[in-house]
Amino acid sequence: MYRSQLTGTRIRARRNMRGMRQADLARSVGVSPSFLNLIEHNRRKVSPALLEAIAEALAIPADALTEEADSRLTEGVRAAALRTAADLAEMDRIEEFTGRFPGWAQVLAETQSRVERLERVVEQLSDRMTHDPQLREALHAIISAVTSVQSTAAILNDAEGVDADWQVRFHENILEDSGRLAEGAVALVNYLDAANSEDMGRAAPQEEVEAWLAQRDFHVAELDAGTPVDIERMVVGQVELSASASRSLARDWMRRFAADAHRLPMEPFLDALVEEGPAPDRLAARFDAPFDAVLRRMAMLPPEDPRARTMPQPGLVVCDMSGTLVFRRSIEGFALPRFGGGCPLWPLYQALRQPLQPLRVTMMTAGRMGRRFVGYGYAAPLGSARFDMPAAMQATMLVLPAEPEPEPARPLPVGASCRTCAQAECPARREPSILMAAE
Amino acid sequence: MEKRVLVIEDEPNISEALRFILTRNGWAVDVSADGLGALARLRADPPDLLILDLMLPDVSGFDILKALRAEDQTRALPVLMLTAKGQMADRAEAERLGATRFMTKPFANSEVVEAVRELAGSSGAP
Repeated sequence: MYRSQLTGTRIRARRNMRGMRQADLARSVGVSPSFLNLIEHNRRKVSPALLEAIAEALAIPADALTEEADSRLTEGVRAAALRTAADLAEMDRIEEFTGRFPGWAQVLAETQSRVERLERVVEQLSDRMTHDPQLREALHAIISAVTSVQSTAAILNDAEGVDADWQVRFHENILEDSGRLAEGAVALVNYLDAANSEDMGRAAPQEEVEAWLAQRDFHVAELDAGTPVDIERMVVGQVELSASASRSLARDWMRRFAADAHRLPMEPFLDALVEEGPAPDRLAARFDAPFDAVLRRMAMLPPEDPRARTMPQPGLVVCDMSGTLVFRRSIEGFALPRFGGGCPLWPLYQALRQPLQPLRVTMMTAGRMGRRFVGYGYAAPLGSARFDMPAAMQATMLVLPAEPEPEPARPLPVGASCRTCAQAECPARREPSILMAAE
Repeated sequence: MEKRVLVIEDEPNISEALRFILTRNGWAVDVSADGLGALARLRADPPDLLILDLMLPDVSGFDILKALRAEDQTRALPVLMLTAKGQMADRAEAERLGATRFMTKPFANSEVVEAVRELAGSSGAP
């Protein structure tokens, strides 16, 4: 592995940063200076024990010298490079750069990350200004009231042609419209205040609900207590759920999770999880429960319970028939987009084409640092069947890091969203990637 | 015979002002706040001019315009569309769908009277 060969480069960089001589470091860890020299030039492997000793001598955590610590940094630097017309001839030397100049690499990666965050805010603001129904509604109310006041005032100004009854009526209309105008102005100011607040980054009610659940590690203990729960009390007064729409959404999800908890009681579910492993099909069969309820349940386990820890931390994403993501629990390494749809290749979307058919797909995230995940997808009707409305459908996808397999299936290359996916020649691509645009 | 104008506008005070202005100038004015209901009425008995608000609660003014332009008896009906100022995209869409004239809110009463006179012809009233 190329990156692991760079441990020596990192040791050298860290030693130089501390102003320590090679001979001094060698002595303090009990090896000869010539051997340390070979290590620093990546010509000898370093044992875990020696790595620990070197890290201690340099007063840094051992993982700062390993590829694990560097991978995120390297990705950050790569993302920064890809955004600009960087000299591609040097792209292959990013690991070397990160290893030799970890401080500068950190600055670059953090700057890149900040640029991305700011871009998101700009994107969100722009999206709000053009499509935000709240803003449109507020402006519409104000313009309607102004139109009415202006037109009515002009009529009254020419009072000769207006008899007394009509004059009274138009005065009443103006009074009414001026009240609406005041209300509209207040709504607009509140809107702009909210847009300027620090909470801008978490605009949508859905995001507030997700943040609220994330605070609880996606486990709502009250629902698993086995006693009746007052969902209203759980939701009211929560700092994270600032908007009434957020509370309403949270109520809906709580009702759903409560129904899941009733169908799949936590204690036997955790026992079954240990016995069956993270296999939603077997769990669904064992409890005679809907597949999507099992997927949701697997994503809402008590994090401290050792039985829950037999399974890696999962991600969960739910979409409606339009493909809009209506619920997201992120998982490290498998990014979920905040805006717009996800990768059309996800089994989440494939499930919509095959309702009630459970799907299991091994995925590999695009890019050189690609990681393998297993996605379990399932789509089912939402609510009860009606003659007067088309059936609403929701798809659910549970994402787990893929366990090593003796004969791994060829993974499906996927991304988070087209915008940040470097996968070339993807038939499902709907927009160019910012990563590819730089190449 | 009086020329007839139908106003589809969900803001009652705006439609009342429009009704007053146009009636005073001799047109016979009908008002509807319900887009879908008005569409049925338009098909059955087309007026001489339609004043159509874009943002209606039950259906978009664009949908009404599109439906009108798809049918023989209303294909040539003059339509004056009203919408909020600054919505350039709306204006382009209205033109694409066949609006005869586009007017932004807030409007001057004299502008409306002038536009109606041009599109529907003089009121026909003595």
